[in-house]
Amino acid sequence: MGENYIISDHCIIRNKQIVLNGEVVYTGNESSPGDFFTAVYRHFNFSYAKFFKMDNLCKLGFLASELLLRGKNISETYHGDEVGLLLSNAGSSIDTDRNHQKSISNRDQYFPSPSVFVYTLANIVIGEICIRHKLFGESFFVIEKEFDATRLYDLVKQWLDEEIVRCCITGWVEIDNDRYEAVIYFIQKTSVLQEGIAIFGPGKLTDIYLLGK
Amino acid sequence: MEALIAKLKNEIIDVLNLTEMTPESIDENEPLFVEGLGLDSIDALELIVLLERNYGLKLATAEEGKTVLKSVRSMAEFIRKNNKG
Repeated sequence: MGENYIISDHCIIRNKQIVLNGEVVYTGNESSPGDFFTAVYRHFNFSYAKFFKMDNLCKLGFLASELLLRGKNISETYHGDEVGLLLSNAGSSIDTDRNHQKSISNRDQYFPSPSVFVYTLANIVIGEICIRHKLFGESFFVIEKEFDATRLYDLVKQWLDEEIVRCCITGWVEIDNDRYEAVIYFIQKTSVLQEGIAIFGPGKLTDIYLLGK
Repeated sequence: MEALIAKLKNEIIDVLNLTEMTPESIDENEPLFVEGLGLDSIDALELIVLLERNYGLKLATAEEGKTVLKSVRSMAEFIRKNNKG
């Protein structure tokens, strides 16, 4: 029997709300993204001190992946190099780029912060998730004008077809000032299709992305 | 000296985003790196910037950095010895 690729889990964070596998698991009322992310971190009793040092893009990606993988003990199911990570967004690290730019705009007060500068690359969010879960499989960050389900599908399918990875975390992680949006998916292989399970494909990725939007 | 140590603890909490910590929970004699606060290399750079921005002090060599950034107390001693402000 052939193997099927499925979207076993998904997590959506936007508009002060978190939806995990179709269920609203948190609704906040914090005014800024940073306050919302901290409230989520505390609500779910996460324990990872480095969270507080991350920029907002990484905090968003971290929280989405923590919730996506919660209770899965991924390290028991997969070896670290069997898990792929493919993320995308439109603004790259623009939110942190602006913070860094502010710190270097005044020549008389020229004190760029190393801990801000280190986050002026979008793919650092992948690094943070990899460090957290000890993942070292194939990874890639794509900058797109908008969410592109076909791009994600094609790349992840290729990795799975060629057995570069056995599963993959993929999706969209975007923040720009007060606007933030994370929609991430856990793609796995299975030989047994349970009723109601989401088959991995660009149409289904888009359907999930548009939930509540 | 104790007032400077207290001020420095607050500044360290602020620049390193140690939001889970209070000045009282930091032992000024504990190592800042690996043990103690468990800071990393980016934190070290941030502390060097703190010394320059807030106290006008630059570390001359990497060796001096190792000595000065050993603990909150060693940082305070370096500031008191070198700060002319």
